[in-house]
Amino acid sequence: MAATVQPEERMANQIAANFRHVPGDRAAEAIAAHIRLFWDPRMRRRLLEVADRQADDLDAVVLVATQLLRQPQEASGG
Amino acid sequence: MALIKEPDFGTPERPGEATVSVEVDGMPVKVPEGTSVMRAAALAGIDIPKLCATDSLEPFGSCRLCVVEIDGRRGTPASCTTPVADSMVVRTQTPKVEKLRQDVMELYISDHPLDCLTCSANGDCELQDMAGVVGLRQVRYGYEGENHLDAAPDLSNPYFDFEPSKCISCSRCVRACGEVQGTFALTIEGRGFDSKVSPGAGESFMDSECVSCGACVQACPTATLQERSVVELGMPSRSVITTCAYCGVGCSFKAELRGDELVRMVPHKDGGANDGHSCVKGRFAFGYATHPDRVLKPMVREKITDPWREVEWDEAIQTVARKMRAIQDTYGPSSVGAISSSRCTNEEVYVVQKMVRAAFGNNNIDTCARVCHSPTGYGLKQTFGESAGTQDFRSVAKADVIMVIGANPTDGHPVFGSRMKRRLREGAQLVVVDPRRIDLVRSPHVEAAHHLQLKPSTNVAVINAMAHVVVTEGLVDRSFVAERCEGFDAWAEFVALPENSPEATEPITGVPAAEVRASARMYATAPNAAIYYGLGVTEHSQGSTMVMGMANLAMACGNIGRDGVGVNPLRGQNNVQGSCDMGSFPHELTGYRHVSDDAVRTVFEELWGRTLLPDPGLRIPNMFDAAIDGSFRGLFVHGEDIAQSDPNLQHVSAALEAMDLVVVQDLFLNETAKFAHVFLPGASFLEKDGTFTNAERRINRVRAVMKPKTGKHEWQIVCEIATAMGYPMSYDHPGQIMSEIARVTPTFKGVSFELLDDLGSVQWPCNDEAPEGTPTMHVDAFVRGKGKFAVTAYVPTDERTTSRFPLVLTTGRILSQYNVGAQTRRTGNVAWHAEDVLELHPLDAENRGVADGDMVSLASRVGRTTLRARVSDRMPPGVVYTTFHHPVTGANVVTTENSDWATNCPEYKVTAVQVALAHPLGRHASESSETGRLAGVD
Ligand code: SF4
Ligand code: SF4
Ligand code: SF4
Ligand code: FES
Repeated sequence: MAATVQPEERMANQIAANFRHVPGDRAAEAIAAHIRLFWDPRMRRRLLEVADRQADDLDAVVLVATQLLRQPQEASGG
Repeated sequence: MALIKEPDFGTPERPGEATVSVEVDGMPVKVPEGTSVMRAAALAGIDIPKLCATDSLEPFGSCRLCVVEIDGRRGTPASCTTPVADSMVVRTQTPKVEKLRQDVMELYISDHPLDCLTCSANGDCELQDMAGVVGLRQVRYGYEGENHLDAAPDLSNPYFDFEPSKCISCSRCVRACGEVQGTFALTIEGRGFDSKVSPGAGESFMDSECVSCGACVQACPTATLQERSVVELGMPSRSVITTCAYCGVGCSFKAELRGDELVRMVPHKDGGANDGHSCVKGRFAFGYATHPDRVLKPMVREKITDPWREVEWDEAIQTVARKMRAIQDTYGPSSVGAISSSRCTNEEVYVVQKMVRAAFGNNNIDTCARVCHSPTGYGLKQTFGESAGTQDFRSVAKADVIMVIGANPTDGHPVFGSRMKRRLREGAQLVVVDPRRIDLVRSPHVEAAHHLQLKPSTNVAVINAMAHVVVTEGLVDRSFVAERCEGFDAWAEFVALPENSPEATEPITGVPAAEVRASARMYATAPNAAIYYGLGVTEHSQGSTMVMGMANLAMACGNIGRDGVGVNPLRGQNNVQGSCDMGSFPHELTGYRHVSDDAVRTVFEELWGRTLLPDPGLRIPNMFDAAIDGSFRGLFVHGEDIAQSDPNLQHVSAALEAMDLVVVQDLFLNETAKFAHVFLPGASFLEKDGTFTNAERRINRVRAVMKPKTGKHEWQIVCEIATAMGYPMSYDHPGQIMSEIARVTPTFKGVSFELLDDLGSVQWPCNDEAPEGTPTMHVDAFVRGKGKFAVTAYVPTDERTTSRFPLVLTTGRILSQYNVGAQTRRTGNVAWHAEDVLELHPLDAENRGVADGDMVSLASRVGRTTLRARVSDRMPPGVVYTTFHHPVTGANVVTTENSDWATNCPEYKVTAVQVALAHPLGRHASESSETGRLAGVD
C-alpha cells in the first residue's frame, strides 16, 4: 500500500518516471537538480537514508541521482 | 466618497479611429464609424433622453424617447439606433421632438403606479428622471384605464425582487441577460400592451434558468428589478470602489453604503476585469462578513481538547511568539512554518512570508496555491519563463478558436465565462477538453465544435496526440518556432512517435482519434487560437507536464504574444496569482526568484537585515509528512481551512494533531481550528485595505468599506508576532508594504497605491519598460529569451481503478459556492446548493440500484463519506463527480496522497472509488476507513 511507502521514496520514484524519456546520466542529473531546487534539506536527507537502507525500493536512476546529491554543490551556496 | 454614478453614453463604444465628424446642437464631435447619434451626442456633452438604451447593451429602439431631428432627413429617427454619417447635423431639442417625448412619457406614466415617494428606487429611477427631463406636466389618459398595477411581485430570488407593476417593457433586462450574461433566462411575453417580462416559460426567477448574476437588476431603469437590500435598507448614499474576494476574475465593485451600513455591491463599469458585470457571489453573497458565526476575539487553549479561552490581542500574540520560539529552541529553526492564503491581500501574504523567512529564519512558507495552481507556476516558468497567464481577459474577444481544458468558466469564473460566451456567439469555435459535459458544451446560442470527453488523468496523452497531429500534418508555425523558440527538434521528434498518435492514444484517453485530429487542426489553423485551463489540468499527478504540454502546443502553432491567443490559467481563489507572486512558495522569493540565487537573496538580506537560507523549505504536503515524523511542530495557518480543503484528510488530521502549536487565523472557527491552540480572528475583504492580483496579472485595489471588526488589520497582527519573536516589523499603512514589494521585485518596480488609484488597476510586469503595465506577455520575445519546448512524456497516474474501487471520482465547484464554502454557506446562496451531491451516470446508478436523490456511500482506499446521488449523463460511465463545498460531506476524506510529480499539487481529480446505496443510518457522515473516526460532522 502506498501509505506505508516513505513519502520521499514515492516522490523520487515518481520524478524518475517523469524523466524516463531522458537518457540515463542526464536523467539522474535532472532528478538531482529537481530535488535540489524543490526539496527541503531534511527530505533530501531522508531520501539518502532510504538509499542507504532500502536501495531496492528506489528506481535505479534515483539511486544514481542520490549519488549526485551527496556531492557538495558550489553554485547553490547550500 | 459620494455615490458614484458612471456616465451612460446610451449605446456601446464602436472600435476604430474617430473619423466621422458630426454636429450635435451646434457642437462638433468626431467619433468612430458605426457610433450612434445618441453616443456621439453624449460624447459632445449632450444627453438625449432615453429609456430603453444603455451603453452596456446594443440599441433596441423601442421607447422612442430619444428621437431627434437630422438635417436633410425626414421624420424623427431614434438616436440610439441611428448611426452617425459624416457631416451630419443633429438637433436634439426642437419643439417637435420635445412634444413627441412628452407624449411617450405620458403613456408610460399612465400605466405606472405613482408611488415615487415611497418607491425603493426613489432617486435612482430613470423613469422618474426622464419625466423631469422631458418636462412632463400632465397625464391626460387618467390612471383608471387598463393597467398592470395589480401584477403580483415575484420574490422567489433571495437577493432581488421583481415587481411587474412597475415594468415599462423596455427589455433592458432581457437583453442584459442575453448579451451581457449569456444566459437568456428572460423573455418578453405577449405583444403591445400585453407584453411583459417573464423568466423562462412563465416560471418564477428561482425556477428559471436564471443564475442570479444581477445584470438585469443593474440594467433595469425602474424599481421593477430591485435588490432586496435596497428595498429593506433604502438607497445608498456613498460608494467605495473595491475588488471581489471570491474568485480569480477579480471583478471591481462599488460597495454602496448608507451611513456605515453596506447596502449593495454594484459591479464597477470601469473595472478592468469585469467591465461592469458580476456574478451572484460578488454581487450578492457578502452577508457572511457580518454573520454572527464570525469570531471577533482572539482565543487560546493549552490542548486541543480544552475549551477556548478569549484573550486580549496582546496575550494571543505573545503566546504565539513564545511557543514558536520554544519549539525552535528545542527542535531547531526549521521546526516551524506557515501557510499563507490566496484569499488574503498581497500585502498580507508578503508580510507572512517575510515573518517566516526573517523572523522564523527558514523557508517553510507555502501557500494554498500549492493545492491548486502550483503546476502552472512550474510549467509556464519552464517553458515561457514567467509563472503567469499570458493575456488579459479582453483578449478572448479576438480569439477565433477557444480551447477550454479542465475548466468550467461559467461556474468557476462566471464573469469571464460570460465574456467567452459572447465571443462564441459572435462565431468563435469552441473545443472543450473535459471528462464532464460542462454547460459550455451546449448552452443557449453556444455549442462546442468538439468535446473531447477524455478519461480523467489522460490530459497529457491528449495534448501529445494533438501535438502529434500538428507536427506530422505540417501545421507548425515554422517561422515563429525558428525565430522565438528552442528545443523544437527533440520535442517534435518525440510527439511524432507513433505511440503519441491520436489512434494509438485513443484506447488510453477514450477520445475518438478523428475528434483529436479535427480539434488539433482547428486550433493550429485558426488565425488566433487561445487556451484557457483550470484545475482539471493542474490537480493531477502530471499537472506540471500538462501545463508544459499546452505551452508547447501554443508555441508550435505560434499562438503566443498577441491579442486573441495565449495560455491562460483560470485561477480559483481571488488572489492565487498574487499569493504566488509574493514569494509564498518555499523555494521562491517575490517575483518567482529562487532562494538559491545569491544576488536575489542579497537584496532581501540588505533590506531586512537578516541572513536568509538558500535551501527551499517544506511544501504543504511535506509539512504534514514532517509533522508526522516529528521534525515539524509549529504551524501558522493564515486564512485557509486545510483540514477541509486538503486531500487525504485523515493524514492531515494526524499531522495537525501531532503538532505542538497550530495557530489559525480565519473569520470562522473552521475545521482546521479544531486542531488549533491559538485562534486569531481575521478580517473580511470588506475590512481589508490592500491589493489582490487576478488571473490576468491585474493588481486591483481592495479598499476598506468598514473598520476591522476585530480591531486589527491582519498584516498588523503578523508584524506584531514577528516583533514579539525579536524581529521588529512595522508599517503605518499597507501602501508602505506595496512600496517595499516594488523595491525588491523587478516586475513590480512601478507599482504603488498612488499608481493604482490613478489607473484603477495595472497588470504586472509594471516597471520602467512598461510603466502602465503589460496586458499581453511575451510579445516580441519570451521572458526567458527563447520559448523552451519541453518533452512531455505521458506517465499514467498510480491511482488505478480496481475491482474494489472500479469508478473514478473527480471533483469540482459550482457557481453559487466558493471553495470550502465557509463564506457562501453563510449567505443566501445556500438556496442553490444546500449540500454536495455525487453525480453519476445512469448506467453506473442502475448497476448499483441507486436512484436520483438516494443517499449513497462513496469509498476510496483511504476513506469514506455519505452523500446524495444525482443521476446525470454529464459524466461518462465509470466516472463520478462531486464538489467540496460542505464540511459535512468531507469529500476530501476520500482523496489520496497522490500528487503532481514536480510540485506536489494534490491529485484531486482522480480517485478510484466505489459507490453503494447507503444504509439509511445517519445521513452525511464522513469517516476515514482506517481509524473509523467520524470526522467533520458539524
Ligand atoms: S439575474 Fe442574471 S441570469 Fe438571472 S435573469 Fe437577471 S440577467 Fe439573467
Ligand atoms: S423589468 Fe425593468 S428592465 Fe425589464 S423590461 Fe421591465 S422596466 Fe425594463
Ligand atoms: S466572477 Fe469572480 S470576481 Fe467576479 S463577481 Fe463573481 S466571484 Fe467575484
Ligand atoms: S432610447 Fe432610443 S428608442 Fe429607447
